[in-house]
Amino acid sequence: MTALLVPLVTGAAVAYWICGPIMVAAAVAMILSRKAVYSALYLALVMVNLAIIYASQDAPFLFVVQIIVYTGAVMMLFLFVVMLIGVDTRGTLVEKVKGHTVTSVIAGIGGFILLAIAIGRGLVGPAIGVEAANQTYGGNVQGLAALLFGRYVLAFEATSALLITAAVGAMVLANVERLTPKFDQTARAKARIEDYATRGAHPGPRPSSGVFARHNSITSPALLPDGSVSPDSVSAVLVQRSGLADAVALAAPAKEAFAALDVAQGEDEEEL
Amino acid sequence: MTLLEGLTPVAPTGLFPYAWLLIVVPLVSAAILLLAGKAANSWGHYLGTLAPIVSFVVALALFADLLGRPEAQHAVSVPLYTWIATGSWSMGVGLLIDPLSILFALLITGVGSLIHVYSIGYMAHDPGRRRFFAYLNFFIAAMLTLVLADNYAVLFVGWEGVGLASYLLISFWQHKPTAATAGKKAFVVNRVGDLGLTMAIFTMLAMFGSSSFDAVNAGASKMSPAWVTLLGMLLLVGACGKSAQVPLQSWLLDAMEGPTPVSALIHAATMVTAGVYLVIRSHAIYAQTSAAALAVAIVGTVTLLAGAWIGTSKDDIKKVLAGSTMSQIGYMMLAAGIGPIAYPFAIFHLLTHGFFKANMFLGAGSVMHGMNDDVNMRHYGGLAKVMKITYYTFLMGYLAIIGTPFFSGFYSKDSIIEAAWEKQPVLGALALIAAGITAFYMTRLMFMTFWSSKRWAEGVHPHESPAVMWVPLVLLAIPSVIAGMVMNAWIAGWLAPAVGGEVPANPSWLPHLSLIGVVTLVVVIAGVGVAYLIFGRTSIPESVPFTRNVFTIIGRHDLYGDAFNEAVFMKPGEALTRGVVAVDSGVVDGAVRGSGALALGLGGGLRKLQNGYVRSYGLTMIVGVIVVALALIIGRLV
Amino acid sequence: MNPNFYVVLAAILFAIGIVGFLVRKNALVVFMSVELMLNASNLLLVTFSRVHGTLDGQAASFFVMVVAAAEVVVGLSIIVMIYRSRQSANVDNENLLRY
Repeated sequence: MTALLVPLVTGAAVAYWICGPIMVAAAVAMILSRKAVYSALYLALVMVNLAIIYASQDAPFLFVVQIIVYTGAVMMLFLFVVMLIGVDTRGTLVEKVKGHTVTSVIAGIGGFILLAIAIGRGLVGPAIGVEAANQTYGGNVQGLAALLFGRYVLAFEATSALLITAAVGAMVLANVERLTPKFDQTARAKARIEDYATRGAHPGPRPSSGVFARHNSITSPALLPDGSVSPDSVSAVLVQRSGLADAVALAAPAKEAFAALDVAQGEDEEEL
Repeated sequence: MTLLEGLTPVAPTGLFPYAWLLIVVPLVSAAILLLAGKAANSWGHYLGTLAPIVSFVVALALFADLLGRPEAQHAVSVPLYTWIATGSWSMGVGLLIDPLSILFALLITGVGSLIHVYSIGYMAHDPGRRRFFAYLNFFIAAMLTLVLADNYAVLFVGWEGVGLASYLLISFWQHKPTAATAGKKAFVVNRVGDLGLTMAIFTMLAMFGSSSFDAVNAGASKMSPAWVTLLGMLLLVGACGKSAQVPLQSWLLDAMEGPTPVSALIHAATMVTAGVYLVIRSHAIYAQTSAAALAVAIVGTVTLLAGAWIGTSKDDIKKVLAGSTMSQIGYMMLAAGIGPIAYPFAIFHLLTHGFFKANMFLGAGSVMHGMNDDVNMRHYGGLAKVMKITYYTFLMGYLAIIGTPFFSGFYSKDSIIEAAWEKQPVLGALALIAAGITAFYMTRLMFMTFWSSKRWAEGVHPHESPAVMWVPLVLLAIPSVIAGMVMNAWIAGWLAPAVGGEVPANPSWLPHLSLIGVVTLVVVIAGVGVAYLIFGRTSIPESVPFTRNVFTIIGRHDLYGDAFNEAVFMKPGEALTRGVVAVDSGVVDGAVRGSGALALGLGGGLRKLQNGYVRSYGLTMIVGVIVVALALIIGRLV
Repeated sequence: MNPNFYVVLAAILFAIGIVGFLVRKNALVVFMSVELMLNASNLLLVTFSRVHGTLDGQAASFFVMVVAAAEVVVGLSIIVMIYRSRQSANVDNENLLRY
C-alpha cells in the first residue's frame, strides 16, 4: 500500500499544497489589512513559504538566501520604516476614484489569466530537473558559484556596484540639510554675553540652592552675602508648587549653634 | 423705295482721323477739373464749358464733311487701337461716324454746350460748381463714346460711363439723404438693364466671335430664330434700364433730386435716349425677329401710357417733366419696335424731344431759380407776367410737345402715330390717346405755373434769370419751333441707309396730313380743353386736394412701381439674404464653432483621465498591457 | 510536480500583487505589493530553471533578490523623506499633476 502511495505523493507536492494556499491567503490578507504592520508580517509569511517551495524545487541556496536576505533584511527594513512613519495609522479602504476598485480587480484577474496562458505556453515537454546540474560542480551552491563567477561575473560586479550605490544613495537621501545654522556651544555663549550686554541678563549660571545644616534639598533657597534670600536659587516650578521655604528658619539652627559656641568660647577665654 | 442693308464703312480721311478729339477733349477737361482741386474753382466752369463747345465744333466739321460726300461713303470707320489681342481673337477700339452717330454727336455736344453755359449761372452759388462741371464733362465724353463706338463692347464702356456720371450727378448734393438714395436707386436699376446688355454682348461674342457692328450685322441673318429673338430681348432689357422704360422705370422720377441742368441733359435729352440708340443700332437683329420687335413696341406703348398717367398727378414740376420724358421715350421705343419704316421717325422724335424737353427743363430750372428753388407747382401761379423770357421759351416747348402744327413735335410725333396705326391699330390707338393725355397734363402744368393767379409763399419775389441762363433758353426754343420743319424733308433720306430704313417717297416740309393726323389734332385739342375746364376756370388749391379718383391716386403713387419692386424683388431678396446669413452663421459658423466646441468637449472629457493619482495611471498601464498582450495572443503573434 | 501548478501559483501571486498595488493608498503597502510581484517572478524563474535543467534561472533569481534589496533601500529612504516633509504616507496626496 505504501509502495503505491509513495510515487503518487512526493514531498514537493505536499509542500506545494500546504504552502500554496497559505501563501495565497497571506497575500490577500496583506493587501486587505488596514494596519501596515500586519501587511508587513503577512508578506514575511509569504516569503517564508516561498522559501519552502524553493527548497522543494531543489534550490537550497535560494531557500536560505530568501529567508536571510529577503525576509530577514528587507522585511525588517520595512518594519522599521513602518514604525517610523506611523505604526498607528489606520488606512481606509474607501476609494475616491470611481470604479477604480472594480477595474483593478478585473485587471488583476485579467493579468492572472494572461500570465497563466502566456507562460503556460512556454512549457513544452516534461521538467528535466536540476539534479544533474546540481551534481556538475558537486552541489547546488558550487554550481551557482560557478555560474556567478563564471558566466555572469559582469552582472555580478554590476550588481555589487548597484548595492554600493544604493547604500550611498540612502545615506545621501537621509541627510537632511540644515535650514538654519546649528546652535552649538560657541553660539550659545555668544548669545548669553549679548543678552548681558543688551538687557543686563546674568551671563553665568544661576545660584544653586542653599545648603544648610539640616536641609540641602533643591527647594532650600540660598542666602546672598548680605543675608537676603536669592530668588533665582530655587526653580520657579518648585516655588509655584510648594512656595519658598523660609531661609531664616532654615538657617536658625546653625546660627543658634554658632551663638552657643561663641558663648562657650567666651567663657573659655574668660577662664584663661 | 429700296431697302438698303446698311452702309459699308470707309477708311478715315480729312478730319476723321482726329475724330477721337470729340471724346478726349471733354475727358481731359474733366480730369483737369477734378485733379486741379480748389485752385481751379475760379476758372473751372469756363474750361468745363469750353470743352463741349470744342467737341461741338469738331462734330459740326465732321457733319459738314459727311454731307459733302456721296451717299455710299456716309459711314466712316476710325480704328483707334487694339484693346484685346489674344492669339486668334482680338477686339479693337474704334469709332464709327455714320449718319446716325453724327446726329447724336451733334445733339449731345450742341445741347450739352448750351446746358453747360446755363449751368454757369444756375450753379453760381454752389461751392461744388467745379466738380459739377467735371462730372458734366465726363458725362459728355462717356455719352460720345457710347454713340460713336464701332462695337458693342466699347458702347458698353460708354454705357457704364454714363451710368456712373448719372449716379454722380443725381447724388451731387451728397449731404441730402434723398439725393444719395436716388443716386443709388438709379445705379441699381440701371444695373439690371446692364445685365441684359452684357448677356447680349456675350451672346454676340459666342455666336459671331466679335461684337463689332459689322460682324453682328453680317451674322444676324444666319442665326437661328430662337437665338436672335433672345438677343433682341436681352438688348431690350438693357435699353429698358437706361431709358427708364417699364419695368425698369422707377429710378427716373427719383433722379429729379439732381440739379436741374442734370435733369435737362441726362434725363431728358441724351442718356435716356441711349436705349433707343441701342435698339436702332441693332436694327439688323430686330429685322430678323418679329417677336422681339413686337416686344419693343409693346414696351414702348405701355411706357408712353404709364409716363403720361404719372405726369397728370404730380405737383412737382420736374416730376411732371420726368413723366413726360418717360412717355416720349416710349413713343421712340414704339417707333423703333415698329420696324425699318419708323426708325427715322424714332430718331427724328429723339432729336426734337431733345430740344424741347431740354428747353422745358431749363425753363423749369429758371422758374425754380426765381422761386427760391421751390419745385411745388401749387406755390407758383401767374409767372407769365413776371418772367417773360422764361415764359415765352417754355411756351414754345409746350406747343412743340403737344403737337401743335408746324412746331417740331408735330412732325415727329404724328409720323410715329401714323406708323403705329398702320402696323397695329391697337398700338396706334393707344399712342393717340396718350397724345391727348400729354396735352392734358402739359396744359395743366402751364396753368399751374404761368397762367393762373398768384399763390406765392411769403418772401418770394420771382424775377427773370440772368442772361447766362436765358440765352440758352432762347437758343433751345428756336429749334423747338423750327427743327421739325427743317428736318422733316431730309432726315428720313439721311438716316435710312444707315439703319436699313426705307426712303420715303416725297419728303417735304409741309405736314403730311392724313386722317390720323386730323384725329390726333382733335384729341390734342380735347386734352387742352379738359385741362382748361379743370384748371383754367377755377382757382388751383394750394394744398394737395383729397380725391377719390382711383386714377389720380394711382398716378400720385407712381403707378405703385416702387411698391411692386419692393414686394416682388426687394422683400424676397431680403429674405434670401437673411436666409444666407442664417446659413452662414448657423451652418458654416456653427460647423467651425462646433468643431471647436467638439475639440473642447473632447478635451474636457479626456482630461478627466489625468486625475493625478498614481494608482489610476498604473491601472491604465496594466489594462493597456493586458489588452496588447491579448491582441498579440489572439493574433497568434506570440 | 507539474510545473504548471507553480506557474499558476506565481500568476496568482502576481495578480494579487497588481491588485494590491492599484488599490491600496498607503505607500508602504504599495511597495510591499511590488515586492510580492518580484517574489512571484522569482518563483517563476526557479520553476523554469527546473524545467530546463540548468541553474541559470536560480542565478537570475539571486540577482533579482539583490536588486530588490537595493531598490527597497532607496525606495524606503525616499518614503521616509516624503513623510518628513508632508507628514503623510498617502500616495493620493501627490496629485499635483492633475488637470
